[in-house]
Amino acid sequence: MTIWQGRGPAVVAGLAVAGLTLGPVAAVLWRAEGLGAPGPADWLAVRFTLMQALLSAGLSVLLAIPVARALARRRFRGRGALVALMGAPFILPVIVAVLGLLSVFGRSGVLNDGLGLLGLPSVKIYGLQGVLVAHVFYNLPLAVRLLLQAWLAIPSERFRLAASLGLTPMAMFRTLEWPMLLRIVPGAFAVIFVICLSSFAVALALGGGPRATTVELAIYQAVRFDFDLGRAALLSVIQLVLALCAGLVALKLGTGAGFGAGLDRAQQRWDGSAVLDAAWLALAALFLMLPLGMVVLKGLPGLALLGAGTWQAAGNSIAVALASTVLCIGWALPLATRRGEMIGILGIALSPLVLGTGLFLIVRPFVNPLSVALPVTVLVNALVSLPFALRILRPEAEAVRHDYARLSQALGLTPLAWLRLVLLPRLRRPLGFAAGLTAALSMGDLGVIALFADPDRATLPLQVYRLMGAYRMEAASGAALLLLVLSFGAFWIFDRGGRVNVDA
Amino acid sequence: MLTLEALRYQTGDFSIGADFTLPQGRRVAIVGPSGAGKSTLLDLVAGFLAPVSGRVLWQGQDITAAPPNKRPVAMLFQENNLFPHLDLLRNLGLALRPDGGRLRQAERDAIETALARVGLDGMSGRKPGALSGGQQSRAALARVLLQARPVIALDEPFAALGPALKSEMLALVRDVAQELGALVLLVSHDPGDALGFAQETVLVAEGAAQPPMDTQHLFADPPDALRAYLGR
Repeated sequence: MTIWQGRGPAVVAGLAVAGLTLGPVAAVLWRAEGLGAPGPADWLAVRFTLMQALLSAGLSVLLAIPVARALARRRFRGRGALVALMGAPFILPVIVAVLGLLSVFGRSGVLNDGLGLLGLPSVKIYGLQGVLVAHVFYNLPLAVRLLLQAWLAIPSERFRLAASLGLTPMAMFRTLEWPMLLRIVPGAFAVIFVICLSSFAVALALGGGPRATTVELAIYQAVRFDFDLGRAALLSVIQLVLALCAGLVALKLGTGAGFGAGLDRAQQRWDGSAVLDAAWLALAALFLMLPLGMVVLKGLPGLALLGAGTWQAAGNSIAVALASTVLCIGWALPLATRRGEMIGILGIALSPLVLGTGLFLIVRPFVNPLSVALPVTVLVNALVSLPFALRILRPEAEAVRHDYARLSQALGLTPLAWLRLVLLPRLRRPLGFAAGLTAALSMGDLGVIALFADPDRATLPLQVYRLMGAYRMEAASGAALLLLVLSFGAFWIFDRGGRVNVDA
Repeated sequence: MLTLEALRYQTGDFSIGADFTLPQGRRVAIVGPSGAGKSTLLDLVAGFLAPVSGRVLWQGQDITAAPPNKRPVAMLFQENNLFPHLDLLRNLGLALRPDGGRLRQAERDAIETALARVGLDGMSGRKPGALSGGQQSRAALARVLLQARPVIALDEPFAALGPALKSEMLALVRDVAQELGALVLLVSHDPGDALGFAQETVLVAEGAAQPPMDTQHLFADPPDALRAYLGR
């Protein structure tokens, strides 16, 4: 069938994305040329980056197995809410999660208070263990969702057959679940490994020091503290190579993970210990909900302490989130084709800090980089969200084209009429969802803004980080609660906008 | 007069040829085994596919390169003949205003008249989801009336309807076509449709569309290809 739709917009959007991702990389490569070998500190950063990513991915997947199995085979009130909770960390701002984890695992947190009462030695959160806790907090739910999807994809007839054959639990595991795990776990591990590889905000807040610095964090330190752009460029190249290698492996192992529709049914099973399953679910729920609860609890009194700076930062964050949402959706619509998605995926291979460093190098001859902090943040956030938006929009956009291109062609609809009367109305639901995700991700982003920001131009996540750095924990908690409300609120408003009054 | 002149289409292993003329105002069925290329033939006429060689002519004018909306063809598809999120007024309005602009009063009146003609008076404010399958087919036919093109191409649009409803719709198509003086091309896998509706029948089989034959004669003494298809 002939493709009916102007190709112009897709070409322009594709070129813009390619230019804006490859341009900064080229700038970095050009700047890094002829530089000396990485120093000992750089190798330490590489080692730490790989080690924490391996451990984070391993722990997340390992712990996800019993949790996902319990979710797959148990039916109980609140199961839907628990599955939904597994999706929440995706749009939870990192700095908010960090603050929540600090109030649970930190020096004067809930855990250490408990240990103290029992006369046990306290645990420390800063360093590798803190980074791991935060990464597991983020990626355990992701792993659970991936595994749950695979678990529910095992045909229920097989479990019925196993039950009627009277297979022992061990035999059932070996014949039904083990092959599935072998197929899914490597992909899930690789995806989480890639995500943790470019960890910045977690390392910034909980790591640091020569023993707990990721490459991303080292890039930031090279730019911000040492103003050593050559070293930043060299580190960016290292990060690029790491991310590309790992990304290619993950792509090859691909789990084919979507955004998990249909996780709301449980399998009918006749095996396993209900008590053990309940314990795993309770532990996972506690681990996820306690930090969030603490943010709300501690944030409420802090709301009264919000100063003008925080409100201004909140305003900046809202503006940045809206602008990057518009930009991202504007990109995603013409690129919602197979070829377009290939271009859009560029954004996920590149770390925000590498992009940011490249843009920093590009704009520096012309303007003071600090003065364009917010526009650059808008741009990078839109690029980073683009792969997610495309993943959501492409299947739906293709379905609309498949169903209505011929009719539109027969009627001779103008391209504008096609966009206004057919494509946009038909895509409302996925558009709302994609816009919600983009807005929430951008609202909570603490990446490139840290690289560029001066005291006058903070976003809310950066403001929270600064308040924490100044040991104004009450104000930080209040600002974090505000950020949490803004992020989830932005998601809710857009997503809901796509759902109300939609018919057929 | 619709002329398919040494028309040839090919993709991969599949190919189909046609070389004949169809007179104005006739009702022609296109029958044959599935996968033989009935819909492909229709797509070549309607402009959704471009032939490898040969020409499509209407009244002697070459329309081979014309896009679908510039051809003298109004088409009903197997499904998705209406946009589900637009009411009938807007759905039908797109036939008159392809830019989606505001409809003038005269255009609104024409739409209401067309809807009344197919038995849907007063339903212009409804969306397709609020109509039955038969009513949706009627609405799509009302649009064919509005388009007033001299060729009506039907790609099994009533396949999902029950037998009674289907023959009702075919009767309506016949009336509409008579009003417009239009040539009707009906793709169907049901020989009954051809016998009950079409004066002439084009058999599509073994990589070629045969020239049209009188439907009654064709089915009374079917050639081998048709015999195989009918299972006789």
